[in-house]
Amino acid sequence: MKLESKIPDGPLAEKWSKHKFNLKLVNPANKRKYEVIVVGTGLAGASAAASLAELGYNVKAFCFQDSPRRAHSIAAQGGINAAKNYRNDGDSVYRLFYDTIKGGDYRAREGNVYRLAEVSVNIIDQCVAQGVPFAREYGGLLDNRSFGGAQVSRTFYARGQTGQQLLLGAYSALNRQIAAGKVKMYNRTEMLDLVVADGKARGIITRDLVTGKIEAHSGHAVLLCTGGYGNVFYLSTNAKGSNATAIWRAHKKGALFGNPCFTQIHPTCIPVSGDHQSKLTLMSESLRNDGRVWVPKTPRPGLKAKDAVSIPESERDYFLERKYPSFGNLVPRDVASRNAKYACDEGKGVGSGLAVFLDFADAIKRDGRKVIEAKYGNLFDMYKQITGDDPYEVPMMIYPAVHYTMGGLWVDYNLQTTVPGLYALGEANFSDHGANRLGASALMQGLADGYFVIPYTIGDYLANLGWSDKVGTDHPAFREAMENVQSRVQKLLSIKGKKTVDQLHRELGLTMWDYCGMSRTEEGLKKAKVRIQELRQEFWNNVNVLGGSNELNQELEKAGRVADFMELAELMVDDALHRSESCGGHFREESQTPDGEALRKDDEFSYVAAWEYKGDNEAEVLHKETLNFENVKLTQRSYK
Amino acid sequence: MKITLKVWRQKDQNSKGEFKTYPLDDVSPDMSFLEAFDVLNQQLIAKGEDPVAFDHDCREGICGACSMYINGRPHGPLQTTTCQLHMRSFRDGDTIVVEPWRAKPFPVIKDLVVNRDSFDRIQQAGGYISVNTGGVPDANAIPIPKTNADKAFDAAACIGCGACVAACKNASAMLFVSAKVSQLALLPQGQPERKTRVERMVAQMDAEGFGSCTNTLACEAECPKGISVSNIARMNREYYNAKLSSESA
Repeated sequence: MKLESKIPDGPLAEKWSKHKFNLKLVNPANKRKYEVIVVGTGLAGASAAASLAELGYNVKAFCFQDSPRRAHSIAAQGGINAAKNYRNDGDSVYRLFYDTIKGGDYRAREGNVYRLAEVSVNIIDQCVAQGVPFAREYGGLLDNRSFGGAQVSRTFYARGQTGQQLLLGAYSALNRQIAAGKVKMYNRTEMLDLVVADGKARGIITRDLVTGKIEAHSGHAVLLCTGGYGNVFYLSTNAKGSNATAIWRAHKKGALFGNPCFTQIHPTCIPVSGDHQSKLTLMSESLRNDGRVWVPKTPRPGLKAKDAVSIPESERDYFLERKYPSFGNLVPRDVASRNAKYACDEGKGVGSGLAVFLDFADAIKRDGRKVIEAKYGNLFDMYKQITGDDPYEVPMMIYPAVHYTMGGLWVDYNLQTTVPGLYALGEANFSDHGANRLGASALMQGLADGYFVIPYTIGDYLANLGWSDKVGTDHPAFREAMENVQSRVQKLLSIKGKKTVDQLHRELGLTMWDYCGMSRTEEGLKKAKVRIQELRQEFWNNVNVLGGSNELNQELEKAGRVADFMELAELMVDDALHRSESCGGHFREESQTPDGEALRKDDEFSYVAAWEYKGDNEAEVLHKETLNFENVKLTQRSYK
Repeated sequence: MKITLKVWRQKDQNSKGEFKTYPLDDVSPDMSFLEAFDVLNQQLIAKGEDPVAFDHDCREGICGACSMYINGRPHGPLQTTTCQLHMRSFRDGDTIVVEPWRAKPFPVIKDLVVNRDSFDRIQQAGGYISVNTGGVPDANAIPIPKTNADKAFDAAACIGCGACVAACKNASAMLFVSAKVSQLALLPQGQPERKTRVERMVAQMDAEGFGSCTNTLACEAECPKGISVSNIARMNREYYNAKLSSESA
């Protein structure tokens, strides 16, 4: 299989315009003859569904939550990047492109990343037009702040709730189309399989989470906008429902999976408080604009935040500022996370030992409490609610946590997977962030894909397909897929073992965190592979799911998702094992610089690892898409 | 800590429901309320009993999914979401009564899970600005006074959980509807459709069967996001203005 990115030749700045002109169009009067299925209604899904419906396509949109507004995009905090250069501080489309490609440690396609930067300016315009209440200066114009990995102030924000406001903007656009009858919305409905017939994606199989009814839906194309797979680790900043089922099922039907081991660990999350912990809470990267990261110079086990206040400056190690003078506390996430881990490995961790301080005392002294409150109000409240400590009075305690997955379904420049007619948007695809995502760029990518890429690229596929090439739900492929889904559901209910889904999920998560987390070794990964296989076998022999399938059954829902995680985890480990370099968030201890930074091996690994499923319990086959860099010079990332 | 949970169990929309009592030991004060329920459910499964169904997702207080009515107050004793309520807010030996949101437009689906589609239908009636993707002015083309932008943000912070409805003795949705109406009425982008928006959203709110507002202010007191009743006052002004001056029937 040859992986064709379909990026046109020519100057970087002209590729997207050139491509748009060369894409076939669907006549406005013909658009209503097509049906497009959109799974997931976060930023990517809601924006895609709304934009496609506005163009005239008939859209069916699905989400497993009770409303499209509950998608986990809602929780994104800090902001969205755009190359507006309103600040006059040197930003440009090229600089945003460059910062993003460098931030991704040179493992992303130049063409994709440049396009992302190019359309970023349109995204802000669109959101403002929808009434998204971005923060403004006193003169009435938009405010900006800085984010990690950048030396310009290009991030637009809405207090610490930017994701919420952007999603509500896309949700409002979606609502307008639902009211107009152009989008049929299916809430509390989960996609459990993809249907492929005659080599093309033709629809999906869903389960109604209230009645349990299994249904088939056919369309001319399918868009998966289902988010990331961080919950493989059980503890992550994802929502409890976030899962990989849609993309994993698609993977098993022929969609190659790109760079699965590229997972992001966010440096500033609230530390674990006990065994009952059900998820980890993110404290936005924007806090690192004003907060200073430190640990005591000499180990002080069990140090509480209120006692930290009395530690003199001379005894504090502001380690990020010390090691990286140019970027200081705003180094990219992978660098910040690893350094927090090293500080704790050296015994200097505070609280439980797995935490470092994020201190706002200087910022409050400098700007006053009111200014800090206006910028971060809700985040400080959230922190206080969860931990009982007040960040206005004492330093915050933070520790790295799994947050985002750069890996996902392989897609070309049109966002199409290796299954014709199947597209992946947003975090569900692998495309733009390489081996490490910069802060404030996920929101950018989700909306770029949904508003400004797919409306153009899907037309080309649909025009070539023709509207009469649609497969009805009575086709054998649909019936077979429905039967498979039914039997899997029944199987899960029939095992009646001794362990709950959560118990097995936790064990998987711990294995992944220990051996496939911030720091990976060959020995550890091999151990993890064996353990995952054991857990998977135990799952299918010993999981206990009570109740039936024709009702609301949350344990059954979880079981299906964890079963898929049990397979995806092994692929992640295989991917991490084969990539014996370090890049971005993928850190192999065997490959580091003398300073402890990630050491890439560009000669060997300058490619996208795209994995092909061959069968259950069979090794996946690796395909390599070579990455060619015509515009950027690959250097060792330095934020010193 | 040891606590006793009295939880509403209901098989489905058409079945009668009832309270079931569950003791829970070894509750850590740092546990969130939902984590305590996770522990309860693990115990129930081990005993072969149906676990309690409840809506939840982000567990960070922003998605609006969680919706437990705890000891007679939506989201419990603090002005926060259920997922952000921690067991340190209760005392050793407490009995905690847990119910779903009670309102006619929020029919119970199972146990503590209710159907809030009525909220989505109100938003579909007008909670948007009619603008297609693309072809919009530059983001800085219209300056917006900071005070308006800030007030619009405060109103936009509504998470759509429905606590306001559950708190209100009339099951009124005025706080929810007025939050969106206010956000868009305060912004220049919302001006062209200002009148039809409020008329349509209020009409839908009434059609769904939500009650009227009698100014008890219970909604504001319970709202986990601190949405202010000044938005209700604003919506009343918007509504009367629209009714008196708009051209629709």
